[in-house]
Amino acid sequence: MQPPVVEVRGLVNRFGGQVVHDGLDMQVERDEVFGIVGGSGSGKSVLLRTILGLQRPQAGVVRIDGLDITQLTEAQLRPVKARYGVAFQEGALYSGLTLLQNVQQPMIEYLELERTALDELALLKIRLVGLPTDAAGKYPAQLSGGMVKRAAVARALALDPALLFLDEPTSGLDPVSAAAFDDLVLYLQKQLRLTIVMITHDLDSIFRTCNRVGVIVDHHMESDTLQRIVDHPNPWIQAYFHGERARERTAGGQHGA
Amino acid sequence: MPLEVRRTANGLQLDLSGEWGMPQFASLESQLETLDVGSVRDVRIVTQGLTALNLSGAWALRQFLTRAGAAGAAVSFDPAPPDQLRLVDETLKAAEPAAAPAAAAGEQTPSGPLAAIGRWTVDAAGDLAGWLAFFGRVTTTFLASLAQPRRLRPISVARHVYDTGITAMPIVALIAFLISVILAYLSAQELRGYGVDIYVADLVTIGVLRELGVLLTAIVVAGRSGSAFAAEIGSMQLNEEVDALIASGVDPFEVLVVPRVVGLVIAMPLLTIVADLIGLTGGALLCRYLLDMPLTQFVHRVQESIAPTTFWVGMIKAPVFALLIALAGCSRGMQVSGSARVLGHMVTVAVVQAIFLVILADALFAILFMKMNI
Repeated sequence: MQPPVVEVRGLVNRFGGQVVHDGLDMQVERDEVFGIVGGSGSGKSVLLRTILGLQRPQAGVVRIDGLDITQLTEAQLRPVKARYGVAFQEGALYSGLTLLQNVQQPMIEYLELERTALDELALLKIRLVGLPTDAAGKYPAQLSGGMVKRAAVARALALDPALLFLDEPTSGLDPVSAAAFDDLVLYLQKQLRLTIVMITHDLDSIFRTCNRVGVIVDHHMESDTLQRIVDHPNPWIQAYFHGERARERTAGGQHGA
Repeated sequence: MPLEVRRTANGLQLDLSGEWGMPQFASLESQLETLDVGSVRDVRIVTQGLTALNLSGAWALRQFLTRAGAAGAAVSFDPAPPDQLRLVDETLKAAEPAAAPAAAAGEQTPSGPLAAIGRWTVDAAGDLAGWLAFFGRVTTTFLASLAQPRRLRPISVARHVYDTGITAMPIVALIAFLISVILAYLSAQELRGYGVDIYVADLVTIGVLRELGVLLTAIVVAGRSGSAFAAEIGSMQLNEEVDALIASGVDPFEVLVVPRVVGLVIAMPLLTIVADLIGLTGGALLCRYLLDMPLTQFVHRVQESIAPTTFWVGMIKAPVFALLIALAGCSRGMQVSGSARVLGHMVTVAVVQAIFLVILADALFAILFMKMNI
């Protein structure tokens, strides 16, 4: 049996006296869209940074495809990093490079390719995320908010990863663009058989795209399938899924179910 | 090998197997590219052994199939074409999403040396006009805020006096000391031959007070604070903080530019006094230990050599240099837009221009003082 794509066990993160995670467990299986939910300051971003190896936890194990990344050196981490793509919240596109060069950058780092192959492959990724060809020559500052989000996904897909991390992909988008982005996530997941881990606040997004959801409460994670997590007794989870802003959604039935 | 090629009676058979992922991509691509399809009738692709095919691999396969198709070969799959191939096809053939309206067909821009000179002249004129406009705006903002002292932002000004003046004192003092020692040493070497090494004191005094003290201070300050002004304001531009100020009805010139200009205009003369003092000290120490000139004699020579104007000729330049440095830093900072690269470029331009303007102004001062016989 294959190991889970991402497995976090007993994760502890502390900054000074402030406890962020205290024995957090999380598990993401192949081909699923896993949503990470939590209040502001609950440590969603810290969790993502830990999984990406951007910071080392005080204790605990983080496995990607069965490899414990907390024990690896930078050099050993490199091939692991080629297996996943990350789309950061604000895009984090390199502002001095055009969109095409942004998408090519990981390819140039990891592969030795000819110019034409690089251009065409990068353009394929740009088209795949639904951006027009003429956006390729533009600089990030010239792209709209929605285009930046898609561009970030295009760059994350540069090395054809099997695992994709999305940090608040629909934040700051209008509802129509956000819905279109959800469609994109579903399309990519289905077509490329991706495993997607997504931090989000957007209830519509969760109901639309996620198979399973992990909620960070009290420094731990409660995770379950979408259908079951909404009935979890924890008061914060209840407030989250059944609060004023969510009532319409749950009353109106679930898309994902 | 993930790709085995076999020649059959009337074509090629490609056996794909194993994993077609990123590590294999480069070799697969070159292998497919070198396949000769000239006389191939029939291409048969066997995908049974394929365990994984990523998008890039599918793209490489598609490139080959397009080439084979163009050469007139028929392509067949056993058992079926992989899904990824269809995805690449769909993506590349899909209608373009509504693109932004195409830019108007590029105007013919003339090229050649004459056009380049013309363009450069127009740019330079625009730059000069921009400078004047910036200076004018700073001046009017400053004058307007004189009426209401609260709008001069005294706390902010004090912070900039501290940042650009107090914290610069050690480096300014060190440089003034070293340069005056070098100046005294050089002139002592030369004057000793004529037996007039007593005049080393005169040279150091006049050199430091009139020129070196203020000029070196200005160059250090241009490097330290000119760049800091451009970088601070520039990153605020990138972060839309300047827009936030404007949106909240606050004039960015009032809160960002004028306090920096005023702060530096206050700090520079103070730094120049420090540089002058330390420079004279350096000269005195060198005379004492290299030329065995007693300190009392050095002080006496200094008093003999300076005219009433000597000190003020140097000091009067300090606020002018400060103004030029602060304006160069702030105006370039305000021009930053778009990306981190522009920020770096503008900071560079700010420092280079500040130093250039300081030296240009110094030359103009020299001519002015010569005409005035002081």
